Amino acid sequence: MTDPNSLPAALSEKVEIPESISGLEPVRSVRSPIRLVYDFVPSPPVQQYLRSYSKKKILGHRSPVDGAVFVPPRGVDPRHGVLIDESVELSDRGHVGNFCVTHLPIPGRDDLDIPYVSAWIHLDGANVGFLGLVAGCENDEVHIGMRVQAVWKEEDELGNTAENILYWKPTGEPSVPVEKAGNRAWEHTNE
Amino acid sequence: MSELEKPLKAELTVEYPFTRTTGEVIGAFMTGLREKRLFGIKRPDGSILVPPLEYDPVTSEPLTEMVEVAQSGVVETWTWVDPPRPQSPWDAPHALALIRLDGSDTSMLHAVIVGSPLEMKTGMRVTAQWKEDRVGHIADLEGFVQEIEKADS
Amino acid sequence: MSEVNSFRDVAVVSVASYQTKTLSEVNEVQLMADLISKCRNSVGVTQEDIGFTCSGSSDFLAGQAFSFVHTLDSVGAFPPISESHVEMDGAFALYEAWVKLQIGEVDTALVYSYGKPSAGSVIDVLATQLDPYYVSPLWPDCFSLAALQARLLLDNDLITLEKMAEVSMRSQKNGFDNPNAVRSSEDVSFDDLMNEPVTVDPLRASDISEIADGGCAVILAAGDKARSLCERPAWIKGIDHRVDSHTLGVRDLTRSPSAFLAAEKAGVSDDRIDLAEIHGITSAQELILEKEFGLNEKTLVNLSGGSLASDTMMASGLIRISEVASRIISDEADRGLAHATSGPCLQQNLVCILEGE
Repeated sequence: MTDPNSLPAALSEKVEIPESISGLEPVRSVRSPIRLVYDFVPSPPVQQYLRSYSKKKILGHRSPVDGAVFVPPRGVDPRHGVLIDESVELSDRGHVGNFCVTHLPIPGRDDLDIPYVSAWIHLDGANVGFLGLVAGCENDEVHIGMRVQAVWKEEDELGNTAENILYWKPTGEPSVPVEKAGNRAWEHTNE
Repeated sequence: MSELEKPLKAELTVEYPFTRTTGEVIGAFMTGLREKRLFGIKRPDGSILVPPLEYDPVTSEPLTEMVEVAQSGVVETWTWVDPPRPQSPWDAPHALALIRLDGSDTSMLHAVIVGSPLEMKTGMRVTAQWKEDRVGHIADLEGFVQEIEKADS
Repeated sequence: MSEVNSFRDVAVVSVASYQTKTLSEVNEVQLMADLISKCRNSVGVTQEDIGFTCSGSSDFLAGQAFSFVHTLDSVGAFPPISESHVEMDGAFALYEAWVKLQIGEVDTALVYSYGKPSAGSVIDVLATQLDPYYVSPLWPDCFSLAALQARLLLDNDLITLEKMAEVSMRSQKNGFDNPNAVRSSEDVSFDDLMNEPVTVDPLRASDISEIADGGCAVILAAGDKARSLCERPAWIKGIDHRVDSHTLGVRDLTRSPSAFLAAEKAGVSDDRIDLAEIHGITSAQELILEKEFGLNEKTLVNLSGGSLASDTMMASGLIRISEVASRIISDEADRGLAHATSGPCLQQNLVCILEGE
């Protein structure tokens, strides 16, 4: 077994460092930063989604195969590789499909109060969830099936951006039973 | 979406701050750059490889014997870069060339600092031009400049 | 028919490709959903019938880690599929799929690749593939490096500016009939090309590939399965991939020994070559490749226009294979050579020899 305490040995004998630099502090590393800039142009379905989002409307895409609704819309049904062109407007209410209480800060998000709850938000009428922040209640009140509603930015602060919804707050409505919440709801949504 | 609406676009920046360890051979070359010296390494067939690598590119044998090479050499091939690439060390148009230094059997890639492509010629002799502040990085070389012909040559 | 250097007969049975200057009406996922569906539908297979799926793409083109995972939406990867990916041109993904078929585990494979270079600066992105200590920090773009190679060829009288212009002219005229060609012209003149100003010394604009967005999908099948799906499959008689040193200074850039060796191992000399689709990013590189492959005037080179007409990083190589395969399937040709390259200045090369029965 390899001894984990011994450094990997070079295959060679010692490298002959030239005399002219042998007494000097050797360079051991070089900085080689990379910075690449892209123009990200979202696909037409996502463009449409963002423009509607700026008007507080949430669009989903309905699959031509079995009517499953995906949000945000991406123009394809990922289960079948089939193109989708039917949009459907969804409400800004739904439930928590799953969640996690995070105690670590995120670089670039100093606005988040630690600890915070990230959750999988399942909108009424959608078959899949997406990531959202749950707030407006104590963290230990959050549970799978908890009914939530979007808290939007002020009208004049809305834009073509996912940031329009500040967080999701509990509505106080009766919770969705666990066996019908989140992805477990897939079978039941179209009932 | 109306035709009058321009497509939404967002600038997406991917940035990596990499710091790479050099090991002994590449490290020695970098130390040399800091000290305004250029080194190569001897291959099993006796030829000198510049810049030096840890293993022979053909036989894959480990290489250990480093030797100093000259600061001047010959342009083996060149092109002209205009505009200079955004992250490159250069702010002005420059030649990019493969330069074989005296004492080396291979060529290295770097810039030749001249005013226009009309001043470039395959076979021209060039000499290293160093930055004032050097840290042990390939950009410690500002590039190469046309070697001034000695009066007695 | 020539000898086969493989255990199982594997053929290309279906292809679909699309290239355009800038993909704006759809994104990569929607493009590939369409191409993959077309490719499967034309031989009547569903994703359930596909034994193995392999794709080629680069996160550095998309500016997003694991970007290829998004593109799996276009395949319909549910129930879960056997799948692999290479951060390389789709031609190398095809090689992996071919190996999988050789092992005998599966009888069909779907291979696809795509790229949207319009989103970023591909010529700079490619600098990140070079030596990270000595070369990459100088950010040499891929066309500048190709120009160094071209100058060496010119200085050593191995090619001429006239020969380069002839290659550019061939590409533009051939590309005229190719809906995927971004740069093509029915009546471009030799004089026009010779008089073009130099853009990357000594290369003129027409000597340099035309960067385009796009994608390609290909279906492979083995033995009788191939015969059941396609009347005239394009059999892969040989496929090989070789690599030269990545260190520019130790190579003789006027040559590509890896291209020569890949062609030899793939069996280029076993029989005549009716057509060749070769993947170089400059006219000078096409001249190097013609020589390394031993092509003569009897071989029709780059009927599609090649990369000079349309060059989609990550897909150009697979598209070369699809262009040869489709002409064999449609009985326009019997035997062809398809080539894909990667790395700076033709550093690594894959050659695929295809033949109809």
